[in-house]
Amino acid sequence: MKPIWNDTKEYDLKSGKYVKIWQGPQHPGVTGNMSLELLLEGDEIKLLKTHVGYLHRGFEKLMERRKFINCFPIVCRICVPEPDTNEYLFAAAAEELSGIEIPERAKWIRALNLEMARLGATVMGLGGQAGSFGLGTIGQWAVAHRDFLLDSFEELTGGRIYHMYIVPGGVRYEIPEGFEGRLEKTLVKIEKLLSDIDKVMFNNAVFKSRSKGLARIPKDWIEPFGINGTTARASGVSYDVRKDHPYLIYDQLDFNVTTGTEGDVYARTELRREECLLSINLIRQILAKMPKSGPVRTFIPDIMHWKIPAGETYVRAESGRGEYGYYMVTDGSEYPQRVHVKGPSYTHAMSLLEKLAEGNTNADIFGIMVSLQTYPPEIER
Amino acid sequence: MSLKDIVSPFNAWKRAFEKPDTIVKPLSEREGSDLYRGFHINDIDKCIGCGSCEEICQNAAIDLVDVASVKAKPGDSGLRPLIDYGRCCWCALCVDICPTGSLGMSNDYTWISENSDDFRFIPGIDEKKWNRSEKGYRRSAESWLVDPNRQHMNEIEPDKRKKNFDEYAEGFTDEQAMAEAGRCLDCGICIQACPTHMDVPKYINAIRNKDLDEGLRIMYETNPMLEACGRICTAKCEDVCAVGHNGKPIAIRSLKRYIGDQTFKKKDEIMDLKPAASTGRKVGIIGGGPAGLTAAFYLRRFGHAVTLYEQHDKLGGMLKWGIPDYRLPADVLQREIDFILRQGVEVKYSVKVGKDISFDQLHKENDALFISVGAQIGSDMPIKGMETEGVYSGVEFLEKVAKGEKPFVGKEAVIVGGGNTAMDATRSSIRLGAKAKILYRRTEQEMPANREEIREAKEEGAELKILSTPTKIEKLPSGRLKIECLKMELGEPDKSGRRSPVPKEGSEFYIEADVCIMAIGQKVEPEFSETIGLKVTKWGTFEVHSDTLRSNDKVFAGGDCQTGPDDAIKAVAAGKKAAYFIDKQLRG
Repeated sequence: MKPIWNDTKEYDLKSGKYVKIWQGPQHPGVTGNMSLELLLEGDEIKLLKTHVGYLHRGFEKLMERRKFINCFPIVCRICVPEPDTNEYLFAAAAEELSGIEIPERAKWIRALNLEMARLGATVMGLGGQAGSFGLGTIGQWAVAHRDFLLDSFEELTGGRIYHMYIVPGGVRYEIPEGFEGRLEKTLVKIEKLLSDIDKVMFNNAVFKSRSKGLARIPKDWIEPFGINGTTARASGVSYDVRKDHPYLIYDQLDFNVTTGTEGDVYARTELRREECLLSINLIRQILAKMPKSGPVRTFIPDIMHWKIPAGETYVRAESGRGEYGYYMVTDGSEYPQRVHVKGPSYTHAMSLLEKLAEGNTNADIFGIMVSLQTYPPEIER
Repeated sequence: MSLKDIVSPFNAWKRAFEKPDTIVKPLSEREGSDLYRGFHINDIDKCIGCGSCEEICQNAAIDLVDVASVKAKPGDSGLRPLIDYGRCCWCALCVDICPTGSLGMSNDYTWISENSDDFRFIPGIDEKKWNRSEKGYRRSAESWLVDPNRQHMNEIEPDKRKKNFDEYAEGFTDEQAMAEAGRCLDCGICIQACPTHMDVPKYINAIRNKDLDEGLRIMYETNPMLEACGRICTAKCEDVCAVGHNGKPIAIRSLKRYIGDQTFKKKDEIMDLKPAASTGRKVGIIGGGPAGLTAAFYLRRFGHAVTLYEQHDKLGGMLKWGIPDYRLPADVLQREIDFILRQGVEVKYSVKVGKDISFDQLHKENDALFISVGAQIGSDMPIKGMETEGVYSGVEFLEKVAKGEKPFVGKEAVIVGGGNTAMDATRSSIRLGAKAKILYRRTEQEMPANREEIREAKEEGAELKILSTPTKIEKLPSGRLKIECLKMELGEPDKSGRRSPVPKEGSEFYIEADVCIMAIGQKVEPEFSETIGLKVTKWGTFEVHSDTLRSNDKVFAGGDCQTGPDDAIKAVAAGKKAAYFIDKQLRG
């Protein structure tokens, strides 16, 4: 394939025409966990180089030195806003390689958990998108509403941020009594929030003028850049792991994959609003369709010396940011030989961001980053 | 862009008039959810310091530390978990693995201190506001990471097995052994409880790794009678097993037997024992039971010349003469003894010290002596009619059975006693064709015999008559025995902690039987202790230094003859200990 970007631009810094500035890695938010080296002419970005590695915690390597059960509490830490996908994928890979079948009810609860996590992360993402364009109120609303979901998580899993609920073999414990009703109240609140966001963000002259046409991704970039998730769907590519490679019980749920056409920041954000509504819909479907009783966990004997037969597998799931993948290699010992974590934004946050930043203004760079759902912790597993 | 896009954002103001979801200054602390994983709590009395929490913690946040208020005892290491909250990730795997269920998490999550050391503490010992918290995460039976059910060894049906003396327990299959080994938490609380301190977790791990050769080598480090112990050991280890607190303990004894069963054919090859360099010193051992054989094995490993004096024509002591074949087949015992003898032990069979050879001569000929003659004489009951024909002592009866003599049991046999000898006598008389009735002066709960033995005896048809004791035995004209008995009641607990039986006035009753077997205890042969002139205790056992088993200059004593009648594993432990201290003395 012909490289779509083979750039050798040179800029003479001594000419006084350009200025080079660094953004990050000092900021605690997702856009500041990595560093951007920006070359500006006035306010216009001429060249962007991304630098990652500041958040490297070596999860993949840590896993090679931990027994399988001991990996489960650390994988969730790869992604703070949506840790459950990691928990699920690690468990799914280990279960597949060791031939463990999980109970039917556990599959539904896992899907419920994943949808709740996606909803929480996407709502907060909308707030982040608004915030990056100066609409701070929406950011506060979004974070508050994510907190309501965290209350539900706390009730269901015993933890607010890192749930550590999906374990190899199923889920840790039963859904508490009356949980469905309390979750429904939160869903109603979020629906109201989304309708407010419609009025205040999507029908907002500021947001529209700044995001429409910004960082447009043509459809033919999707494959070469490896773009996925809502970012790809906003450019008209219909790919959703839940639909194309159904896992857990997604084949028993009724939903359609929505796509956009424009591929700009506005289209991506709009699609994420749709995603929130879809998650709410799926949560309701799951609660209605799931088996009402039954075991939630398959017992794994000798968990402290759990040996998984030699083999390898790639498992994937649709996270809020696109396809999340775990590639696990086992050698028959008590430790994974290799676990490779493919975070969805890995392909967005470096080369694609560099390409998209060019010609845009310094003020828009964070808006672009959030719209690409860049997430440094999953670049540096 | 339209006018609507300018006006619409003002909708945000609507929210300003709504009831806020949050308040600026929280008046009260928000409580965590019922399942919240907050600071740990630990029920110190329930905790046994097994260290499973420390083992599973992936952050190394837990250390087991010595706690002044807790004393170590069998089944309790005396240590308690100290948790470092700078490392804890609140995953609660420690709670999910905890075998006793003592560890939990409260729903408390706020705690402020300027001193960072305050975030390392021992839950349950250090006073914290959440120590008595009812809420928070606890593991349920379902979330326990350990399988509470043990594997059951295949056994021959009671109706079939009671017809002969064949071994009825078939040993673990490979699958059963793997499954059972998989239940072990490697905590090692059993090592201390085992008299000879066998490294149980290590050999169980060998099974897990399918390296039974290594398992055999590990076991020989502490016990050369492992095949016998794999069948008849009283398994003190299983009594303290951590998993036993909330489920069935690991079948440690059966796993030991499994390794022995799988490896005995290639034992010489696997062990590959090279003779140790000779020290030129000579040790005489009197009595070829488990204590004497064990001492002989390790003394040979140390390089001393060993001569064993055995009064019978076969070795094994109580294992040979006191335990029937259906529990410990003669060929299994013999092959194990043969392996010990192949290490170069000289045996003088049918030699009774004090009669065939003088003790003084042995004393002169050897650099050290180990006395392990056991407690071979059955104790008599101080009642009338003990000398009546048809009244046996338990050991006497079992010895006859072991020799294949088929002693007379008639149609009905009464066995007096509640220990393992009583159970052996009961089940042997059943196999010889009698109906067996056990008389025991306390209740089943107080019976010192293994629970398994009692259960199996009942399965085979033994009748248990508790709270009863014989007071007189007479011979009836028909040739049968008339046993006069008295009912008992349980009084205050005695020194052993068991409630002592008190006779109930006027509760006499009679039973008839063909034989009566008295299995109420054994003692050391008094003539032997008199001949050799060593110090004895008031119970007739040899008095020795409790740590070294040394009696005088070069004489050591151990096993039943020193402790009084006890189990095989204690004898093995005494043999190992004696060998160590004899070696130490001989090397100066």
